[in-house]
Amino acid sequence: MKGLLNPDNRYGDDKSSAACSLFGMLDTTGRRFSSEAVIRAITNMHDRSNGLGGGFAAYGIYPQYPEHYALHVMYMSQAAKANVETYLRAEFDIEHAEPIPTSPANGIVNPPDVWRYFALPKQLDGLSGDDTVVQRVMHVNTSIADAFIFSSGRNMGVFKGVGFPEAIARYFRLEEYQGYLWTVHGRFPTNTPGWWGGAHPFNVLDWTVVHNGELSSYGINRRHLEMFGYFCTLQTDTEVAAYAVDLLVRRHGHSIETLAKILAAPLWSEIDRMPPRERALHQTLRQVYGSLLLNGPFTIIIAHTGQMIGLTDRIRLRPLVAGVRGDVLYLSSEESAIHLVCPDVERTWTPMGGEPVVGTVGVAPGPPKSAATTQAAGRKSARGRG
Amino acid sequence: MIVTSHNGHTKSYLKPRFRVDIVDERCIRCGCCVEQCSFDSMYFDTQYQRIGSTDENCVACHRCVVFCPTQAITIHQMSIEYKHNDHWRPDVIEDITRQSETGGVLITGMGSDKPWTCYWDKLCLNASQVTNPSIDPLREPMELRTFLGRKPDRLEIDPRTMEMKTTMGPQVRIETPIMFSAMSYGAVSLNVHEALARAASLAGTLYNTGEGGLHPKLFKYGPHTIVQVASGRFGVHPAYLDVGRIVEIKIGQGAKPGIGGHLPGEKVSATVATTRMIPQGTDALSPAPQHDIYSIEDLSQLIHALKEATNYTKPISVKIAAVHNSAAIASGIARAGADMIAIDGIRGSTGAAPKSIRDNVGIPIEMALASVDARLRAEGIRNQVSLVVAGGFRTSADVVKAIALGADAVYIGTAALISIGCTVCQACYTGRCAWGITTTDDKLTKRQNPEIAAERMANLLHSWSHEIKEMLGAMGINSIESLRGNRLHLRGVGLTRAEADILGVRLAGE
Ligand code: SF4
Ligand code: SF4
Ligand code: SF4
Repeated sequence: MKGLLNPDNRYGDDKSSAACSLFGMLDTTGRRFSSEAVIRAITNMHDRSNGLGGGFAAYGIYPQYPEHYALHVMYMSQAAKANVETYLRAEFDIEHAEPIPTSPANGIVNPPDVWRYFALPKQLDGLSGDDTVVQRVMHVNTSIADAFIFSSGRNMGVFKGVGFPEAIARYFRLEEYQGYLWTVHGRFPTNTPGWWGGAHPFNVLDWTVVHNGELSSYGINRRHLEMFGYFCTLQTDTEVAAYAVDLLVRRHGHSIETLAKILAAPLWSEIDRMPPRERALHQTLRQVYGSLLLNGPFTIIIAHTGQMIGLTDRIRLRPLVAGVRGDVLYLSSEESAIHLVCPDVERTWTPMGGEPVVGTVGVAPGPPKSAATTQAAGRKSARGRG
Repeated sequence: MIVTSHNGHTKSYLKPRFRVDIVDERCIRCGCCVEQCSFDSMYFDTQYQRIGSTDENCVACHRCVVFCPTQAITIHQMSIEYKHNDHWRPDVIEDITRQSETGGVLITGMGSDKPWTCYWDKLCLNASQVTNPSIDPLREPMELRTFLGRKPDRLEIDPRTMEMKTTMGPQVRIETPIMFSAMSYGAVSLNVHEALARAASLAGTLYNTGEGGLHPKLFKYGPHTIVQVASGRFGVHPAYLDVGRIVEIKIGQGAKPGIGGHLPGEKVSATVATTRMIPQGTDALSPAPQHDIYSIEDLSQLIHALKEATNYTKPISVKIAAVHNSAAIASGIARAGADMIAIDGIRGSTGAAPKSIRDNVGIPIEMALASVDARLRAEGIRNQVSLVVAGGFRTSADVVKAIALGADAVYIGTAALISIGCTVCQACYTGRCAWGITTTDDKLTKRQNPEIAAERMANLLHSWSHEIKEMLGAMGINSIESLRGNRLHLRGVGLTRAEADILGVRLAGE
């Protein structure tokens, strides 16, 4: 595996943890909008990152290729590009390939060569198209040196690198894209200078995860995922969250609510008070999926086609605020960023630890029924500030 | 063969190991020490009207020391110097002397006292600083609840009704990842068995009957009982299987891998005999192998027979000693249908075992656990079994490290006995335990009051559990399942690279 040798991990750290700013915005009518608001929001939380990583996930940006997997690849050497392209040509029918358009931006130094390929997997080996793509991505990322596929979903894309998020936006000319769902991340890594692949969002297929926190459970999350063919190469704890989501939702068929109950499981004291059927379900989920519990402080925003989910750890050690105006759902590390881009926001609330905020295209967004009490309780137990 | 006892007519060449000192000015001649010493060391010297001691009989159990009302007694190591020799050490010389006087296999009790590397002492735990807040278990929830039993890879749920479609195998809940190791009634007294049962009930965990059956008086603690089925099949009958929460097939034991058990006829009292279903006063011999298990498929048959017999309501555990190829054996056991694998390391304890076996056969539990967990993961079957490890766990930190290496829970034996007075004097095999633990002598067993003993054992579990919570909190973890197999929280100090690789841990500073 090349993981230990990659530039993000020159000191051989187990995992890089990061404090961060997160922002997400979803128009549940599916209407596409520009990146302007999310850039302004994340810029407002500038102090939560340190210029060593920023990134965006944008959904609905490639309507011209709705069926093709959009593979975003970064190359740290020319040889890598040749090797990857040979591999991609063997394994995929490539409809279109181009360098991802960029412009020089302040603070962006030594960027890798970044390309995108709109492609369909050739041979399915009896696997689904999605499984095949996952396997091919794992292959490139673990065995071809100096190359990294950092986005592999359909009609969506990840743009990320080393720099403040606003600089990354300028570098990738994100003002030129229109999407119905955007998530953004500003990174404050605690260890190495960071490399482009190590920035958030983390992606597999159309799943993206941005994360603020540190997973104390990373060691076991990773070992559990290895049993299912996921190999962590980035030494970044967020990676396990992305793979866990793919395993639980796509492969094991769980709902988002169930996903939340696994990643941020209710405490036993809560489970013990549930009515019998619910109790049995939650108990069994913890028995079967205990190794995927994300333990330690975290807030994550998970996104995939048509859906955005915000989730904090079960004792809420990192901040998350949700806001709604009309059909638009906002998720943010700080409430101020929501007010900045949406001065007439109708309602904001602080979700309870472990309680997911889910926005789905076609479903009007809103706070949970218990929002009033939620707000008070949530504030009280919020003690972390990442 | 010449068999002469050193207490017999032939002069023994063995020197006393301990010297019992009584400060005469302090002694009030109450006679308590004489009464308490079950090893015939203390006596009242009528000629001089004072307490005397037959030092060569003293095993340093400290019973007299604790019960002397005036602190008149101290026990010293006899300092008889041999000409220094790193190879012909005093213990080697004494063992040979003893063997040449008896012509028998040297028998001893408790776990190995040889200086095996203790890897727990070479592993450091992690703690949160800055990037990750540590958690205070006195203010925040901290969860140790653990479930033993086979788990599927995946849970299928009907998304509309939220009905579970996967049937789970039986699961057994324990509130702390520490259980009491197998100690049979016969090896320990009925009072101790009862104390273990009550302590397990108090602490929400399990104790293990060992291979001596279960006295009907203790059936009421069934929900906290692991019933063992061993090679002698002592005391195994339908009600016994029914009453337990888990059924454990005992293949081997860390203190004596590859050999059976031997409860001498003197310890087989009337109640022991009834419980074991053997005649009173006969030696209870457990054969070395289970005579219906000569291969893995035989084991599979027994596992399934027991599942059938218990109507698939109880997890079936298989206990093995940690030996060279434990990883492959464990994989076979998991595939043979076991729901739980218990592994007992070379420092595991016993009531009686040949010294040569106890001190030389098997491997340290740390290595066995690390390789078994890694192997089961590599094969993608780690979920199918719960891993329980045993063999000399001394502290809550040992437990935390074992869980981080990959165990679901640990068994403790010696530590539990120490909590009720045992001083690890290694004289258990004599059946004369002055603390009333490893004896079935009617008078001695009264020295343990089941209620008091249970409370002391439960206190120990409580204090360890609390310490485990503190260590978890320091790591920024609030649930034990996030520690299980999480080797990143361990760092090795003073390990070779090869040892660190086997343990799957990095070295401190890496
Ligand atoms: S054997 Fe125990 S009770 Fe007897 S003298 Fe020695 S320490 Fe005291
Ligand atoms: S118990 Fe103490 S005081 Fe009593 S006889 Fe023995 S040495 Fe003397
Ligand atoms: S149980 Fe009794 S005989 Fe055995 S070591 Fe402990 S104190 Fe000594």
